[in-house]
Amino acid sequence: MNKIKNTLLSDSFNRAYSSVFSILIGLLFGLIILMISNSDQAIDGFVIILKGGFNTEAKGLGQVLYFATPLILTGLSVGFAFKTGLFNIGAAGQFVMGSFAAVYIGVKWTFLPAPWHWIVALIGAAVVGGLWALIPGLLKAYLNVHEVISTIMMNYIGMYLANFLIKLTVYDSKKALSMNVAETAVLPKGGLDHFFFNHLGTTKDMSTVNGGIWIAILIAIVIYIILNKTTFGYELKACGYNSHASKYAGINDKRNIVLSMVIAGMLAGLGGGLLYLAGANGRHMKVVDVLAAEGFNGIPVALLGLSNPIGIIFSAIFVSYITQGGNYLQTLNFVPEVIDIIIACIIYFSAFALIFRNILPRFLKYRKEKKATKATGQMETDAGAAAETEVEAAAEVKEEGSDN
Amino acid sequence: MEYIIEMLHITKEFPGIVANDDITLQLKKGEIHALLGENGAGKSTLMSVLFGLYQPEKGVIKKNGQEVKINNPNDANALGIGMVHQHFKLVHNFTVLQNIILGVETTKHGMLKMEAAREKVIELSSRYGLMVDPDALIEDITVGMQQRVEILKMLYRDNEILIFDEPTAVLTPQEIEELMKIMKSLTQEGKSILFITHKLNEIKAVADRCTVLRKGKYIGTISVDDTSKEEMSEMMVGRKISFAVEKSPCHAEGIRFEVRNLTVSSRHSTKKAVNNVSFKVKKGEILCIAGIDGNGQSELVYALTGLMPIESGQILLGGVDITKDSVRKRNMAGMSHIPEDRHKDGLVLDYNLTENLMLKKYFTQDFQKNGFIKFDFANQYAEKLIEEFDIRSGQGAKTTVRSMSGGNQQKAIVAREIDTNPDILIAVQPTRGLDVGAIEYIHQQLVEQRDCNKAVLLISLELDEVMNVSDRILVIYEGEIVGDLNPAEITVQELGLYMAGSKRSEVTL
Repeated sequence: MNKIKNTLLSDSFNRAYSSVFSILIGLLFGLIILMISNSDQAIDGFVIILKGGFNTEAKGLGQVLYFATPLILTGLSVGFAFKTGLFNIGAAGQFVMGSFAAVYIGVKWTFLPAPWHWIVALIGAAVVGGLWALIPGLLKAYLNVHEVISTIMMNYIGMYLANFLIKLTVYDSKKALSMNVAETAVLPKGGLDHFFFNHLGTTKDMSTVNGGIWIAILIAIVIYIILNKTTFGYELKACGYNSHASKYAGINDKRNIVLSMVIAGMLAGLGGGLLYLAGANGRHMKVVDVLAAEGFNGIPVALLGLSNPIGIIFSAIFVSYITQGGNYLQTLNFVPEVIDIIIACIIYFSAFALIFRNILPRFLKYRKEKKATKATGQMETDAGAAAETEVEAAAEVKEEGSDN
Repeated sequence: MEYIIEMLHITKEFPGIVANDDITLQLKKGEIHALLGENGAGKSTLMSVLFGLYQPEKGVIKKNGQEVKINNPNDANALGIGMVHQHFKLVHNFTVLQNIILGVETTKHGMLKMEAAREKVIELSSRYGLMVDPDALIEDITVGMQQRVEILKMLYRDNEILIFDEPTAVLTPQEIEELMKIMKSLTQEGKSILFITHKLNEIKAVADRCTVLRKGKYIGTISVDDTSKEEMSEMMVGRKISFAVEKSPCHAEGIRFEVRNLTVSSRHSTKKAVNNVSFKVKKGEILCIAGIDGNGQSELVYALTGLMPIESGQILLGGVDITKDSVRKRNMAGMSHIPEDRHKDGLVLDYNLTENLMLKKYFTQDFQKNGFIKFDFANQYAEKLIEEFDIRSGQGAKTTVRSMSGGNQQKAIVAREIDTNPDILIAVQPTRGLDVGAIEYIHQQLVEQRDCNKAVLLISLELDEVMNVSDRILVIYEGEIVGDLNPAEITVQELGLYMAGSKRSEVTL
């Protein structure tokens, strides 16, 4: 029993645990809203949401991965900036600009041969996304303009500019969407076409999932390595934790702020490329005055993954899964807007993971302290116990500090 | 005699450590009771228990023989327990009176009634000889005066048990003397005082009894009159301590570091924070810049280390002009810096010990290859420094620095800065808030650097440190150097006059 409890109190476990716990609360909250909006079908609807991608079997799961791909990238974008102490609200703008660059290259630069075409398109998406974040980065570093303000403005500029440019260059007025990208610019399937399809008579009903998910996972691992193994990541995190101390250590914090924003922007832009280079069945850019949801959903994805690149892979898949489940709610009598509300509630409520991360160990500790007198000696030797009172320890240090 | 507050057999544990292990503290009515101990000895934990911030695992607290339960600071206040924190908790653009009544305002129909409060404050002020003007703004009065406002706050709330947390750290010698008088007059009026400190002179001067803690354990309660300073320090540290810093005569020769006509503008006002300052530090010399806090020392150091832009002047290291160099370049050129504020500048608290110890070296060939940090090497390096400098922590090199005690955090910084083998070591209040054992150790390190023919620039507010460690003293007052003194030829009182600005000599360099 004690062993189980100490595992529960260990830090890494607690991190994943709090995310799962908050997801459960988010789901419960979703159920309540389902009850309010349509009590007769609430339970049925809830089951559909929980079934998520499974509602349409293999193809549905493929779609979950397809829509998780851009979320992984925007989640990484927000999470990476966050590790550096920056709050990148601008993933939506960077995402849409990157998307446009990818689609433009995909449609227009047909002179490029097959593998190079999509590779160049992806690089273009990342570069444009990075440039879009360069401006707030420079403003923050050299003029001390808060990045939240400037990235929000860049979101709107990006959205309208992309709309304008699409209409000007790659607009298919019959479908009111961006044109199909050339076959050579479509991302390869990466072996996933063997798994994610449904049988439709004799033909296969293919999912639009493609090798983009592999790229996204690869990028997440690369970001993980950069943050944890390199001098660059060491500097970035130092700036994020304590900008004074990093200046004192001779780290060029201005350069790091700019670089961090640019990398965040590149990630979001790449996410756009990965979503829209998916062939005729895949998504196409719409000309609407709405900020890209993928950009904003990057925030809850990053929070839910606690800004850990590996955690973000899973949280992006979760958010995509739930969103897919929400889409199938339309088979019941749910109004599309209500579905959006339900899904948004589940996602954002889940993103309170961070709060639970603080509350949960305290609660467990409180219960433990009550029984502490019984098993004191045992507890001390246990390394797991050391992590439990991060907050307490910090307070203690503070006290010690002022005691001086 | 009856005890007004008794803390009996208090045990408080944190994971991995027993902060208080069966500690008993008994405060008599009308006495000044000192609480002595090193950093991490458990003084603040004990006071936090008394103040209701922590609940002890074992033990009871009694007031006038009655067992009481203190769950939060409000309970403590209700029991008449008040505290002067080391860092004052005052609203700077409020008047003295407004600060005193903050939280216990007398109102009528929701409107403030200041007259009664003012009368009470004036009455208290004159009864205890505090001489505080109730209408002065906090930002306009001296630190010593601010402390008296804190004392008035406790008196206004009719607190009977007054806790002073390191009250003398921020005061000049003259102000310290006044504070001692005030403390005595408070006890004559029946107040009881708990006095947290690790300055033995002050305990000798005012305290009646003294309780000593060491590493969370209760060592003993002694009568101050019957115990010598040496005995007390031995109780505190567990071994004999030498008060005098052992050092050989200074053999300074050759200029290592030079500052010419340095002027730094102030962030807050049009007045210059550092005004036309020039000095030279020789090889093998500890030059100390003494002064009361806030006379331009911080700005001077920030300017020297490249953390703050300067207005005019020149900085030369080994004859080379480094005025326009970046922080990194200065570090590589042989400048080390033990910063004033270890939490703000010196450490990344959420990094572990290894990551903090390599903070100024991570980019060198030893520590990285193609941009990848060699963590194996870094850990070995950290282990080496931990061993060499006796840095104590819960989990060795992997300990998050935030969870370490102040003294060990400071040791980590000293280790890092000295291990870069600097030509000039700029140490700003390197022993701030440390206990005698750690102070002794850091002073030894500074002297050792000097003996290796390095230049050491020490910026300190502690008079003992200034007098004992330095080879030469410059006094800074309002951003200007007002004295160039030899510690062997000057008394503490005289130094105090220079620091307070009431005396100055022509400085010839």
